[in-house]
Amino acid sequence: MSTLTATPAPPTSQRAGQNYWMWLLVGLGVLVAVSAVRVITGAHEIDTPGSLRAALIATCPILMAALGGLWSERAGVVNIGLEGQMILGTWGAAYFTYYYGPWVGILGAALLGAIGGALHALATVTFGVDHIVSGVAINIIGLGASKFLAEAYFANLQGGGVRQLTGLDSPPSVTIPGLSDGAVALADQRWFVISDVASVVAAFTTRVNLMTVLCFALVGVSAYVLWKTSFGLRLRSCGENPQAAESLGVNVLLYKWVAVTTSGAMAGIGGGFLALVASSGFVTGQTNGRGYIGLAAMIFGNWRPSGILTGSLMFGYTDSLRLRSTGAIHALLLLVAIGLIAFAVWKLVKTRQTVQAIVFAVAGGLFLLWFLATDAVPREFAGMTPYLATLLVLAFASQRLRMPKADGQVYRKGSAG
Amino acid sequence: MTAVRRVLGALVAPLVAVVAAMAITSIVIMASGSSPGDFWEVILEPPADRTMVNIVNQTSMIFLSALAAAIGFRMNLFNIGVEGQYQVASYAAAVTVGAAFVPGLLNVVLGLVVAMVAGAAWAGIAGLLKVTRGVSEVISTIMLNAIAVTLVGYLLNTYGIRAGNSLRTTEIPESSQLAGFTPFLDRDGSIWTLSILAVVAGIGFSFLLNRTSFGFDLRATGASETAAVASGVKVNRMVIISMMMSGAIAGLIWMPAFFGAAHTYGSTFQFQLGFTGIAVALLGRNRPLGIVFGALLFAFLNEQSNRLTLLTDISQNVVQITQGVIVLAVVVAYEVVRRRQQAAEQNAVKRQLDAAKPSDDKAVTA
Repeated sequence: MSTLTATPAPPTSQRAGQNYWMWLLVGLGVLVAVSAVRVITGAHEIDTPGSLRAALIATCPILMAALGGLWSERAGVVNIGLEGQMILGTWGAAYFTYYYGPWVGILGAALLGAIGGALHALATVTFGVDHIVSGVAINIIGLGASKFLAEAYFANLQGGGVRQLTGLDSPPSVTIPGLSDGAVALADQRWFVISDVASVVAAFTTRVNLMTVLCFALVGVSAYVLWKTSFGLRLRSCGENPQAAESLGVNVLLYKWVAVTTSGAMAGIGGGFLALVASSGFVTGQTNGRGYIGLAAMIFGNWRPSGILTGSLMFGYTDSLRLRSTGAIHALLLLVAIGLIAFAVWKLVKTRQTVQAIVFAVAGGLFLLWFLATDAVPREFAGMTPYLATLLVLAFASQRLRMPKADGQVYRKGSAG
Repeated sequence: MTAVRRVLGALVAPLVAVVAAMAITSIVIMASGSSPGDFWEVILEPPADRTMVNIVNQTSMIFLSALAAAIGFRMNLFNIGVEGQYQVASYAAAVTVGAAFVPGLLNVVLGLVVAMVAGAAWAGIAGLLKVTRGVSEVISTIMLNAIAVTLVGYLLNTYGIRAGNSLRTTEIPESSQLAGFTPFLDRDGSIWTLSILAVVAGIGFSFLLNRTSFGFDLRATGASETAAVASGVKVNRMVIISMMMSGAIAGLIWMPAFFGAAHTYGSTFQFQLGFTGIAVALLGRNRPLGIVFGALLFAFLNEQSNRLTLLTDISQNVVQITQGVIVLAVVVAYEVVRRRQQAAEQNAVKRQLDAAKPSDDKAVTA
């Protein structure tokens, strides 16, 4: 059997090492900047352990949707039906948790999402329908089905209604004793940098729901499966060049089916997280566009696991800001200004792209002006951030983004000849 | 022969889709322990006068929405952003008309112009991003939809007038309200005056696409971009213009209801019309006549299903499943029909070639 077995050539170790140090430096810079902004503005709320925990919870559904997008698009199928699959997942989680407990509930969410994914696979892979068209239809079906199923199955349950099912058990939460208390205490000191690091530690060690752990673990598992196994290489080859893959004996249609169904399952788990952990039960229309934010996070993250993790964390953080005071959002303007100006300097020094550097510097200056001229930022603007950020990234960094080469193209079996 | 086949093919697909959707809906209803018979009885009952009026009104708005999506689809531009465009446009128009800068009917015209301009501008952002920065319009319009919701929500929260539990814009003056035409009794409601916009836009769309060089260029770009470029079509310009035209029509979607009944942008605003329009455009194959039937079907299902809750134990949301399945089934059916036609044509060509050159070994073997 002449299938693909070699792993892709890794970048030269020197280059990888350089990247590693650069990202470490960037991370450190962000940490110092955040801390400085916190101390200067006095808006400690921007990274208290409570804020970061809320951000973590807001991140998971977006992360799972983005991960779903990754699975599907790496195999060359655009999945804008993520929103519909997520909605199906919220219902699945509620139904199975009510009867069998939260762990089966998670499986139920995955199952319902996978059904949505399989429907997408049937339309796009088997019948060769345009991916966007099928995705739009699946979003309509998902929303309608969840409302219909809720009315049919939840209306007469305890804690249920035609649009909701509350009082569901969550998967258990864990606190790492000692580490958690210490970190919280340290975070409360409000020291420069030290307290910020402590906040992050506290957020990851205090009352962390096991489903959150599961979501992050699935990112690692997906990254391993897609990039370190021959299965993953074959799957990605279907997204890059299906003709070549088929000529080497890969069953392209089968791989696409597996990828899209898995994609639906991931999105479904994201929906389940919304019903079981992020809120205290199921409500119709709970996803509220998070499937689309997940799609945005995936593009933002350049179709790579580390990228979607960063994107989801950022979008999750801005999503959780809706619960915070407008003062905290205001403080972030300063952070954005610093970030833009730092980026402008980097552009100028490193790549000598003067025009772009000036654009970013001016934008940074405008944010600084906004920060200085006002006292509060309307809450709504925080909700807009993920979408605006994605548009800007696409507009200014689209040369650096690289989607799978055959993404969105309909593939017919036997067209390799 | 092929012409007959083509017509049959075009009709077979929607019929198969509707039958499939009926079957799946029945199965879903049965699985949930209710009777599909009850469902079809309610849905297929002749509509009451009042329902009939509502169906006409809804059809006109869904038609406009589908037309907006279809302009883009005809040149392979996926304008998923109709939803956001008509929200922004409706809000802009409601504020302008509510301010009553000009009197009476002039105010109506002003409102329509503002709605079209606002919709076109919002869609134009996506067009501009596509031609200048190569951003996929699918993604940018999805993002713009979300931004539109938030932006309008913010503006309404900040500048709206409190009325009960919700916020709204200033009500438009009575002289600018267009009551419409009452075909039955007064209590059955009226067909909104601006439903006529759907007819005008439909005729305009047909004329533009089939009788002007712009329409030819647009269709050519959709059929083959490389061929269009080769024949001198400025594709970038086409992208921006058609995106803005799509947005301008999207701006009109809610206008019949606004001038006819709502008179203000607030809790009575009807969301989701943009997504319904996309589905209907796909159903009607982006042709005005097809879209009319699609819009009528969707409006019919929506309005007839309202009585389900009252008369049966079936949720009216089941028609959303029906609608989604119709769309999915119809695109699948079109694709299957297209593949079969293609195969049939290839076979026919092969036969003719074989017959013409029986001795030539190198005859086309495709």
